[in-house]
Amino acid sequence: MGFYVAQILTGLANAGALFMVASGLSLIFGVTRIVNFAHGSFYMIGAYIGYTLMQTLPGAIGFWSAILLAGLAVGLVGLIVEVLVLRPVYKAPELFQLVATFGVILVIQDLTLMIWGPEDLLGPRAPGLRGVVHIMGEPIPKYDIALLVITPFVALGLWYVIARTRIGILVRAATQDREMVGALGVNQAWLFTGVFALGTALAGLGGALQLPKGGADLLMDFNILTAVFVVVVIGGMGSLPGAYLAAVIISVVNVFGVTFLPQSTLVLIFLVMVLVLMIRPYGLLGREEVAGEHGQVGEPEVPIQPAGRRSRALVAVGLLVLAALPLYGSSFIQVLATDIMIFCLFAASLHFLLGTGGLVSFGHAAYFGGGAYVAALLITHAQTPMELAFLLAPIGAGLAALIIGWICLRLTGVYFAMLTLAFSQLLWSLVFQWGDVTGGDDGLVNIWPADWLKPTTIYFYFSLILCVGGILLMRHIAHSPFGYSLRAARDSERRAEATGINTRHVRWMAFCFAGVLAGLAGGLFVFSKGSIFPNELEIARSFDALIVVFLGGVKTLAGGVVGGAFFKGVEEILTRFEYWRLAFGLLIILVVTFAPQGIVGSIRKIFDRKVETRS
Amino acid sequence: MLQVHHINSYYGKAHVLNDLSFGVERGKVVALLGRNGAGKTTTLKSIMQIVVPASGRIVFQERDITRLATHMVAKLGIGYVPEERRIFTDLTVIENLEVGRQPPREGAVTWNIEMLFDLFPNLAERCKNRGKALSGGEQQMLTIARTLMGNPILILLDEPSEGIAPVIVEQMVRVIRQIKTEGLAVLLSEQNLHFAHAVADEALIIEGGSRKFYGSLDDLNARPDIRDSYLAV
Repeated sequence: MGFYVAQILTGLANAGALFMVASGLSLIFGVTRIVNFAHGSFYMIGAYIGYTLMQTLPGAIGFWSAILLAGLAVGLVGLIVEVLVLRPVYKAPELFQLVATFGVILVIQDLTLMIWGPEDLLGPRAPGLRGVVHIMGEPIPKYDIALLVITPFVALGLWYVIARTRIGILVRAATQDREMVGALGVNQAWLFTGVFALGTALAGLGGALQLPKGGADLLMDFNILTAVFVVVVIGGMGSLPGAYLAAVIISVVNVFGVTFLPQSTLVLIFLVMVLVLMIRPYGLLGREEVAGEHGQVGEPEVPIQPAGRRSRALVAVGLLVLAALPLYGSSFIQVLATDIMIFCLFAASLHFLLGTGGLVSFGHAAYFGGGAYVAALLITHAQTPMELAFLLAPIGAGLAALIIGWICLRLTGVYFAMLTLAFSQLLWSLVFQWGDVTGGDDGLVNIWPADWLKPTTIYFYFSLILCVGGILLMRHIAHSPFGYSLRAARDSERRAEATGINTRHVRWMAFCFAGVLAGLAGGLFVFSKGSIFPNELEIARSFDALIVVFLGGVKTLAGGVVGGAFFKGVEEILTRFEYWRLAFGLLIILVVTFAPQGIVGSIRKIFDRKVETRS
Repeated sequence: MLQVHHINSYYGKAHVLNDLSFGVERGKVVALLGRNGAGKTTTLKSIMQIVVPASGRIVFQERDITRLATHMVAKLGIGYVPEERRIFTDLTVIENLEVGRQPPREGAVTWNIEMLFDLFPNLAERCKNRGKALSGGEQQMLTIARTLMGNPILILLDEPSEGIAPVIVEQMVRVIRQIKTEGLAVLLSEQNLHFAHAVADEALIIEGGSRKFYGSLDDLNARPDIRDSYLAV
């Protein structure tokens, strides 16, 4: 009995930081409609700043003021980020702001590395709370008890601000209809800034509070993000009590998981999540997302069109130049070009899902890495011939997409997006934790193509044919009846249903198709590199693809390909420098600020303007 | 008080308002009439700068408000009551009113919640209810009350009688008349000619985003041809 009580108490203590980060994320999303991917980064700098302050401020008062000051400092950083980075892009097409937050993640990662160095920092113990207390014979750290007590007060304080103050009323009103709030004389810009600062301050507070338990390291940002997304999905977006409840559930499940099933804690959490979503699709205390009913920004869209004669000629010339590469390019250039093409195919498959299907997946790396792992596992464990293993890569990825898509498509919008991310993390954790089969962090090596494909030039042509073929197939499908149904479902779900389109089925098929093509890219990838590591499945890879799609331009068919080529090219140059993330992050933020239509969209706009002024 | 000079507004490439000019005087109610799609809502949204006119000028109390942020337009004393009502359904009646609250303004009535509950007794009974629990008529009253909380000098009312029971329309007529006697001005977009007749001093008829008639209501009554060609269904 005592054991279980102790486990539950530990879980409740762990829930504190998680709740603070999740409620901040949920608050920011509610008002600004931005899924702040950089939220984990604010949590991370909260921990680092808290650590430094604790080193300088003495005693118990110093410790607790360090935590508060860390929260305030992070709130200030959040304020600066909102004003400098997000404010210029609120008017940009939906979700484009995500890219800006990716940029922020990269910049914060490198700045933290520059200031605090690469070593993990061990969190200082709280003065006066070093020992344990015995509850029903079980030792419980005193600091856990302190956290247990503090968290409900933070939650209550937050609830009071939201439910009882004018600011809170404005926040709730803006969550529902921000244009109307503006028309009533409220300056939205400052409301957004205030909410963003508050949300990030909460993240910072959470980061500093967990220092004595977890310390500070450079992987904190992505590590907490998955947990936070899971909490938000289980609790219900925008519900503070929901976030608290879900944080407690997840933390308690996690504590029990560590005790009983140490190898599969993450799997357990995901099982809980899937279970909750089966019963309550919008989370325990959430409601259906009705974003975009009012205050939608941006001009109405021009429908995409099949390429005209001129663009076809242009593409044909480009392909010829590319196909002739072995005549003038070294083998290094050919390998680089192969890399770029594979990445373009991967990005284009996400672009298909996002642009044509309107389905924002945050976890597309699952199918890319999934396909690669299918092939690699077959080669390693079943000595499958390369050709067959390669063929099974897209099929395996497609099967994964079939299952994951079926579950995720029960939800829409941001819930769908977060769920896809959660599933890709599940796959990642499976690969990462199941070392006996997958090699864990060491990956799988010696995955080479069949002899006839080994020469660089041959593999280059092999990739060229499959990548270009895959991309053309996607373009073709976008203009087929299936593509029309998909676009109809994207633009107006109800009207599409009323005309007899089974929107969920159409989306499901699109999700699988995109998964198959991502798997194909993954298959090409693993045989070109000869090895595969879990990082091809991680969040960062999914984010790369998202950055590419948004940078290229969601509303243009060429967006994925152009963005992919740009991204890989820039990465190739930048990764030679020490702080390349900083440079890359800043570059992304600049592009977002000055080219909110994406690269292709902006070029087209300039071109259109020229045509207009001429006529 | 308000002068609109030759504005042109677009939705993307659709040209919605075409060189539209008119004015609203203090203490007057101007009815903006026209069929569905004539550009009535866009006219009001252009004044609020929710839709920013591509050209032309809008002057409010000697101040050019074109391209000003929407919340600044509201702060200068223009109250906007949108079509579809758009109350905050998750907020209570009192909280909805709180969102609209602005500091007192010179030359305007300073409203408070008690005065508004006198004006709309139904809302007083339901003050603790959430917006989504209200009937359509009650929601319409709440939007007007919410806008009055900002102590506006000029009120833009978008089709207030649409989809509302006749009893409540009558109540609305009484409220608009009272607003007028307080010295405020109203620009009222309407399809219901009877309602316009009951409250308006002047009429502005638009069709396809262009002005077709602008004059007193008596003048309009003397021109049945205009009424028939632009307003008859």
